[in-house]
Amino acid sequence: MEYGAGRYDVVVIGAGHAGCEAALAAARLGLSTLVVTLNLDNVALMPCNPAMGGPAKGQLLAEVDALGGEAAVNTDRAAIQMRLLNTGKGPAVRALRAQTDRRLYMSLMKNVLEKQENLHLQQVVVDRIEVGRGAVRAVVGSCGARFDAGAVVVATGTYLNSRIIIGDLAYSGAPGNQMPAKRLGESLRSLGFSLDRFKTGTPPRVHRQSVDFSRLKEQRGDAELRNFSFISPVKQREQVSCWLTHTGEDTHRIIRDNLDRAPLFTGFIRSAGPRYCPSIETKVVRFADKSSHQVFLEPEGLETLEMYVQGLATSLPGDVQLAVLRSIPGLAKVRLMRTGYAIEYDYVPSFQLKDSLETRAVDGLFLAGQINGTSGYEEAAAQGLVAGINAARYVKNEPPLKLARSDGYIGVLIDDLVTKTIEEPYRMMTSRAEHRLLLRQDNADFRLTEKGRAIGLVDDGRYRSFQARRQGLDDGLRFVKRTLLPVTAELLAGMQAINTAPPPAQGITLAALLRRPEITFRELVFLGASELPSPEVRPLLETEIKYEGYIKRQSLQVEKLLRLEGRLLPPDIDYASIRGLCSEAGEKLARMRPASLGQASRIAGVSPADIAVLLVYLEKWRRSAPA
Amino acid sequence: MYPDETIAAVATPPGEGGIGIVRVSGPRAVEVVKRVFRPRNSGIDLDMVNKELVYGHVHDLQGGRIDEVLVAVMRSPHSYTREDVVEINCHGGFIPLKLTLETVLTMGVRLAEPGEFTKRAFLNGRLDLAQAEAVADLIRARTEESHRMAMEQLGGRLSGIVTRLQDDLLSLLAAVEAELDFPTDDVGEMDRETLSTRVGDILEALDRLLLSFATGRLFREGVSAVLAGKPNAGKSSLMNALLRWDRAIVTCVPGTTRDVIEETYVIRGIPLRLADTAGLRETGDPVEAAGIERTRRALELAGLVVMVGDAATGVSGEDRELASLVNGRPVVLAINKVDLARPEPAFQELAASLNGCPVVEVSAVTGAGLAGLEQAMVETVTAGSLPGETPLVAAARHARALGRARDLLQAVLARAGEGWPVDLLTIDLREAWEALGEITGSGAGAELIDRIFRDFCLGK
Repeated sequence: MEYGAGRYDVVVIGAGHAGCEAALAAARLGLSTLVVTLNLDNVALMPCNPAMGGPAKGQLLAEVDALGGEAAVNTDRAAIQMRLLNTGKGPAVRALRAQTDRRLYMSLMKNVLEKQENLHLQQVVVDRIEVGRGAVRAVVGSCGARFDAGAVVVATGTYLNSRIIIGDLAYSGAPGNQMPAKRLGESLRSLGFSLDRFKTGTPPRVHRQSVDFSRLKEQRGDAELRNFSFISPVKQREQVSCWLTHTGEDTHRIIRDNLDRAPLFTGFIRSAGPRYCPSIETKVVRFADKSSHQVFLEPEGLETLEMYVQGLATSLPGDVQLAVLRSIPGLAKVRLMRTGYAIEYDYVPSFQLKDSLETRAVDGLFLAGQINGTSGYEEAAAQGLVAGINAARYVKNEPPLKLARSDGYIGVLIDDLVTKTIEEPYRMMTSRAEHRLLLRQDNADFRLTEKGRAIGLVDDGRYRSFQARRQGLDDGLRFVKRTLLPVTAELLAGMQAINTAPPPAQGITLAALLRRPEITFRELVFLGASELPSPEVRPLLETEIKYEGYIKRQSLQVEKLLRLEGRLLPPDIDYASIRGLCSEAGEKLARMRPASLGQASRIAGVSPADIAVLLVYLEKWRRSAPA
Repeated sequence: MYPDETIAAVATPPGEGGIGIVRVSGPRAVEVVKRVFRPRNSGIDLDMVNKELVYGHVHDLQGGRIDEVLVAVMRSPHSYTREDVVEINCHGGFIPLKLTLETVLTMGVRLAEPGEFTKRAFLNGRLDLAQAEAVADLIRARTEESHRMAMEQLGGRLSGIVTRLQDDLLSLLAAVEAELDFPTDDVGEMDRETLSTRVGDILEALDRLLLSFATGRLFREGVSAVLAGKPNAGKSSLMNALLRWDRAIVTCVPGTTRDVIEETYVIRGIPLRLADTAGLRETGDPVEAAGIERTRRALELAGLVVMVGDAATGVSGEDRELASLVNGRPVVLAINKVDLARPEPAFQELAASLNGCPVVEVSAVTGAGLAGLEQAMVETVTAGSLPGETPLVAAARHARALGRARDLLQAVLARAGEGWPVDLLTIDLREAWEALGEITGSGAGAELIDRIFRDFCLGK
């Protein structure tokens, strides 16, 4: 029996990493918001690694934070280990990675949702989305509850018609043996969306006390306190270690002997899986010459003895999984707690999206997270934040927030979704960002806080803290550019001692010294520089000075690109009627419907000549448009 | 694609017409041309000129004279594109035209895309709405033409080399990127030596390619051309006639021996070291025998042999012997003394035995045919580097792309040596890869990601 269960400005379906951000953003922007989930005990679930961050993903988290999102703060609060990766590889790829306490992460996030003003959290299985006159109207649950909605964000992750596969066993189910969403996919299809199928997988979990740690290599967190959020509440942290072991020839022989039972190779699983997250059986087959693969044991939390076996994602039968585990050094007597599995699920190919994450077909309907064919908690959170903001702006009749590729990885992510054909679950990588030197974790607040402030998600406290940091950087830049070390016997000796070329006769500024690759603030202190800028701004300052030339070069490239981004394409162009476009470009443009010339130029198959033709037509339309 | 960029291209149809025009359009057009053009009347400032022709010379960046030109300045909006436009009318034919364009392109000016002048004319309101479709057709047609020319030029060996270099760069880039994006996987860190060695290898191949590809070396170092022929065929008078005829003598290097006289002069921008040799069988005298030996060596090293025949005496056994000696070298057969006699058909047979080399009838005395001889000489020395006469634009574009890739890789080597972090090196590596992609038409981000996953076992 259908009944009216209330009216909300924004309804968010799903309370995973995308749904949580979307709901919080909408509520914080003052809109009455409902977030529904299949299972209230699984808010912000991490069905795979209990880890956040790493290259590109750490940058995404910092960007979510700068815009006023929650994932970074929540990660800081739930982290049980932090490591800064790529420290020697340069500023663009330096990235923080956290191990979290999985249950703590979930309960903290759930509590943030519960306490949020304007936000209601409810356990509902959604069967249907109602649309009228081209716009979303309501969401209807399986028990008949009908929630009228101004806008809807669908953030259902891998739950649409999902199927779990272990060996020859396959059953309808969602991550962690939850129930899948069976009817919502049909509802989306009936609204005109095309759905496709992806696959991913997860490794087994084992009992900590069954592991022989003497055979494993310990990997500790960094001694220095590190956090994702620019305004992190965390001032100290208890850290636990991860442990490294590896597969060997024995493991690989077991896998090879059982390939006839591996659903990935028997044809049982046909959908595309992510190349960056291959199952162990895929690794052994595809890289047959590698005699060993890394395996990390990651703690699932402080109050559990369950450990995640990273590197061993698999859908091999249970008995083979156990044999594989026990062939690994340190795991000879391991006790299995959860079996690894592959999961197949429906997603909505992203050419059906606008760059606001609103669907092309239905006004006010937004999609975020794995339903868009992405993977990863951070990618989901980033989309959720943007979808939540834009759902709120839609209800308020304001233009959507759009982030450019040069604004951040969030911009890169969404632009890739709407201009590229995504053929595997999409994971963010720094190599996807052509201007990654500008998109660093350490300057995410400089890139995005003002935007977050303008939208209304950056509160006074965060904004003041950012202003102070900006002031600190400006003062610091001025200071190092102005401060001249005169040539003295001590300076000469000091510079010789640290193996750097002698200064010019008139002395040398701190900035000139910092431009040398071998010199950091530590060396400046050694050379007798005093009254240096505060330690908090030093890394950022050093990057800005040291890489100034490259930063300027990339900034210039960005300026050029932005001019094409500013040339908007009318949404109703009939590409087939445009003479001069090559036919492949015409087809691709008609399918992807880019919002701007910039987006058009990134679609594979669209050449500079096609862009030139479009420019000519834009001018034609402009001139022939009624005044 | 960006309206405020200054662009340049050859605006006349390809081919060896008398005059070719390099057109420069955009806000920096005048400024750029001022840097390469020296008016004959040094009192003329291009900034003050509008709609009149200024006579002078185009110079390269080292100050070397490229061509005698007329420059026209047309100011916005009274120009074809409605932007500031400067047109350089080159007189020297194909090579100086190309050199002039290349020099302009070294100054932050971009090579115009096919049809771009017309596109700008339209976008800036000079052409009316009815012409929009014609403009689009033109862009399409010109693009196809340019692709066809590029493919023709790239056909075979050159295309293979560029593709292989680009692939080498991609696999290097993928190795570095895999390490950066998957630091906890055991990709294996690439040490600086390995990186530098691999970049160095690519750079070396690129350098070789640039040397053989661009006409750069030809113009920098010139070509040694040897006049050879039997005694009294008129080698010396022909040399004098050539030198007199082209008044642009740059240097005059006296021959170090009495039997090889060398003069350097420039035709169409190419420095030609012209050597007059002793005949092959002039004497049994031991001193002169040494001279003959030098002649043989000079012939072996020559970038061009001008074989001088004598119309008055016809083809002799000595001519045939000389022909067998120079066969396989770049040869032009100049039949001298056509003022005295019609050359006999045997000269055509002689030319046929020299792989059908160009035959020019000249008279050192009257000056008849000298222009044709120069033309044949230029075509012969540039034949290896500039196939055909059409791929002017494509050649400039490719040379620029290769040159940029080389500069970027040199920066990678330098920075790697100075200890800069690897993420910075990838910026130049990636741009170098994309520069090669401008030639091969590939180089999108997706290819890099594909390569990373093809070459490395990554992921949790």
